[in-house]
Amino acid sequence: MEKLLGALIDGVAFGCVYALLAVGLTLAYKTSGVFNIAFGVQAFASGAIYYQLHVNDGWGILPAFIISVIIVAPLIGAILDRFLFRHLRSAPSMARLITALGLLVAIPQIVLLKFNQTEATRPTGIVPGGDVPYHIFGATLSRDQLSIMVCAVIVAVGLVLVFRYTALGIRMRAVVESPRMAELAGTDADRIGTAAWMLSSLVAGLAGVLLPTVTSQVGDIYYTTLLTAAIAATVLGSLTSIPLAFFGAIGLGVVQELLNRYLPTNSVLASNLRPSLPFVVLFLVLILSPRLRNKRELTDPLSSVDPPPPAPAAGQRSRELTIGTRVAGVLFGLGIGYYVFFHGNASVVGQGIQVVIYSIIFCSIVVITGIAGEVSFAQATFAGIGGFASAQLSSSAGMSVIFTIIIGGLIAAAVGAMLAIPALRLGGIFLTLATYAFALFFDNVIVSLSWVSGGLFPVVAPRPQLGSIDFASDRSFLVLCLVFLVIVGVIVMQVRSGTTGRYLSAVRGSEVAAASVGISPTRARITAFALSAGIAGVGGALLASYEGHANKIDYNATLGLFWVVIVVTLGSRTVEGAIQAALGFVLFSARVLPDWIPWIINHVQPFLHVDSLPNAVQFIFFGFGALTYAKHQEGILEANKVKSLAWVQGKIDRFKSGGRTKPGAAAVDTPGAAP
Amino acid sequence: MAAVTEPATAPVLELRDVDAGYGPFRAIFDVSFSLARGRVLALLGSNGAGKTTIARVCSGLIVPTSGKVVYQGDDVTGQRAYKYARHGIIHAPEGRSVFASLTVAENLELTFRRSRGRNGVKKGLDEAFTMFPRLRDRRHQIAGTLSGGEQRMLSLARVIVERPRLLIADELSLGLAPIVVDEVYRTLEQIREAGTTLLIVEQHVHHALGIADDAIVLVKGEVAYSGPVSELGDLQSRVLGGGGGEGPVGV
Repeated sequence: MEKLLGALIDGVAFGCVYALLAVGLTLAYKTSGVFNIAFGVQAFASGAIYYQLHVNDGWGILPAFIISVIIVAPLIGAILDRFLFRHLRSAPSMARLITALGLLVAIPQIVLLKFNQTEATRPTGIVPGGDVPYHIFGATLSRDQLSIMVCAVIVAVGLVLVFRYTALGIRMRAVVESPRMAELAGTDADRIGTAAWMLSSLVAGLAGVLLPTVTSQVGDIYYTTLLTAAIAATVLGSLTSIPLAFFGAIGLGVVQELLNRYLPTNSVLASNLRPSLPFVVLFLVLILSPRLRNKRELTDPLSSVDPPPPAPAAGQRSRELTIGTRVAGVLFGLGIGYYVFFHGNASVVGQGIQVVIYSIIFCSIVVITGIAGEVSFAQATFAGIGGFASAQLSSSAGMSVIFTIIIGGLIAAAVGAMLAIPALRLGGIFLTLATYAFALFFDNVIVSLSWVSGGLFPVVAPRPQLGSIDFASDRSFLVLCLVFLVIVGVIVMQVRSGTTGRYLSAVRGSEVAAASVGISPTRARITAFALSAGIAGVGGALLASYEGHANKIDYNATLGLFWVVIVVTLGSRTVEGAIQAALGFVLFSARVLPDWIPWIINHVQPFLHVDSLPNAVQFIFFGFGALTYAKHQEGILEANKVKSLAWVQGKIDRFKSGGRTKPGAAAVDTPGAAP
Repeated sequence: MAAVTEPATAPVLELRDVDAGYGPFRAIFDVSFSLARGRVLALLGSNGAGKTTIARVCSGLIVPTSGKVVYQGDDVTGQRAYKYARHGIIHAPEGRSVFASLTVAENLELTFRRSRGRNGVKKGLDEAFTMFPRLRDRRHQIAGTLSGGEQRMLSLARVIVERPRLLIADELSLGLAPIVVDEVYRTLEQIREAGTTLLIVEQHVHHALGIADDAIVLVKGEVAYSGPVSELGDLQSRVLGGGGGEGPVGV
């Protein structure tokens, strides 16, 4: 009994850690409409500042707390609102999620430019003498733990009171539903939006200074890990109920602690179930909870006040321009290919192969996001499934590698379909969370099983052989990868312009309308998921084969998030966008940062000599790139393509008409556009 | 452009040579009119004629690309929509015009809290519920689950209690049963009697003309007629019948 009570108390204490994050995440979603996946890194920023001031610079607890939590944290929130999320208030929730994802990638790198987190050990909490123990019913709680519990309760109760008894709560919810209608009711939507961000960021800051005492180090990865665990509790509250999120988090902590104490140590179940419990709970809640079923977010009835999105570049240009750009594109591609193949040294060929393989993997994001309009966080996992399956089948079963690559793709496709079936009732953000839960579960549990990744030593993945042709050399393997890319590219284009693509864009436009003309949204989505997972699987298998073994580090879930950011930023609608994203992904770390940018800097001015830029710059660059997504949801490259094509078309028109008409006649007089 | 003016009083709202639209698409061209205090103006036109766009310009939702919006003699062009609302202009937009995620009481509170302060909310709610007893029964219900007619009542309830200077009512009859439409128009009649100026956007012409003093007929984003309803005469069927778009609606 004593043992049980002790376990319960310890569980509640740990649950309060989750609760602080879960309540903060719920608050952010409820008041700003953003599933703020960057909540953890916002907390990290405050945690790092607090550690720097209090531990490194020797400030007192109170001034350090005031600077890091009371001042900096809301300031970050205000800045994020002013420059980013204010412009996204009427945007689809996917746009807001991608922007938050960009922040998740960029913020830690910015903090780390000035903050050395590897040495940020032995953090202290916000009460003096934090490790003084108190014995309560057989459990031992430190003063730090108690401070976390007290803060979590204060935050939860305080927020519930704010929502129940002040107009601010109603106003914030009104602005989330429709900023314009809130303005019609006399509410300054911008000010309320800023207030909402400052409030949720304040909670993030508080969590940021409290949590390091639990993790015993100030590092961005700890915050993100705790946050992903807390997502389960947030979903228990349907992303909107603060009390449910709070108690869900406590429950999660208790169950985790009970498993900790009562499961036999060393058993497979114990060592796997314990760390993965939050993800299992998240997944189960998502697919089983009737409250989330068919939960669609409300759309802004006044969204038609915004101008309609621009048509894709390919649809706007004239025939001759289409032919012109295609010929130019093919010639350019052939030129690059010729150089790489015949004149490139070993590292250039290697980078060429990586570009091609990542192009294939990124095509899977084109299918799921660009065509089907859903965001999947599990693409790296699907690539991993393909990679591990192919490697295992070829090295242990001795099958021909060409076949195992395809079989790897098929297995990934099957897993993708299986994941899609239960998750299909969910829409938008909940579907994304289900894929994330799956990816994290795979990362934390399945990957370490020896029949998947080979345990300590990665599985060997040989290069393929086709009859007498051996693809062992890099140059020949590059050709093989190109063949795969062409096949995948053609499939993606066919799907997009074919029946499935039209079904998917119909479902994307309006599920109800699509269903009313006899389209099954379920079937369309399963197809998209399976195809996307299959493509990622083939890419993952090729990646394993290129590297010689299937490395789990290549298929990390967090890496998958980064992929989504890159592809969506650069243009997720087209195969071209995927290839450009792959070029960016591979070349930025391999060439641009170490060679090209320093070369340019050193040649334009003689004062400052730069050897190489840190890799963090890549993350910051692409992280901020995702922020351009706020303005250009078709992708930044696509947006510029539309612009430059319009310019060229204008020149052509002017040339044709002898310079009489103005290019791209300014306003289109279509009264029909008025809704 | 013949402005609808009353000599003695300054107009509540005036549009001067307004062009407006959505991104590259222009929806209304060179529209001018003024709304005299206490009068009812009906904005008529077929689908896509620009009625809703004008309503949105009048409530500040859309900023004109050229021209001016003048409120009681002050230029308010380019001010944010909430400022318009605080001036006393209430816009009941077409379609869903209540916050579906808030309860009935919260919907009303959102408005009353600002205009009447913390202590005035209860009185405002009481007034609204006396006017529409059905809303009292549903005060804790999520507004998104109300029927279409009840949602209209909810958005009109706040107008009745608030007594705005100008009410812009966009397609209030859309999707409602005839008997409910009659009820809505009876309410508008009350609002008018309380001294509110009305701008009514309507496709059901006879309903609108039954209450309106003046009318503006829009064809393809331009003003085709502007003047008293009594002089509209045959123009009504001629313009609305043959005036582009998708032909006559509800005439």
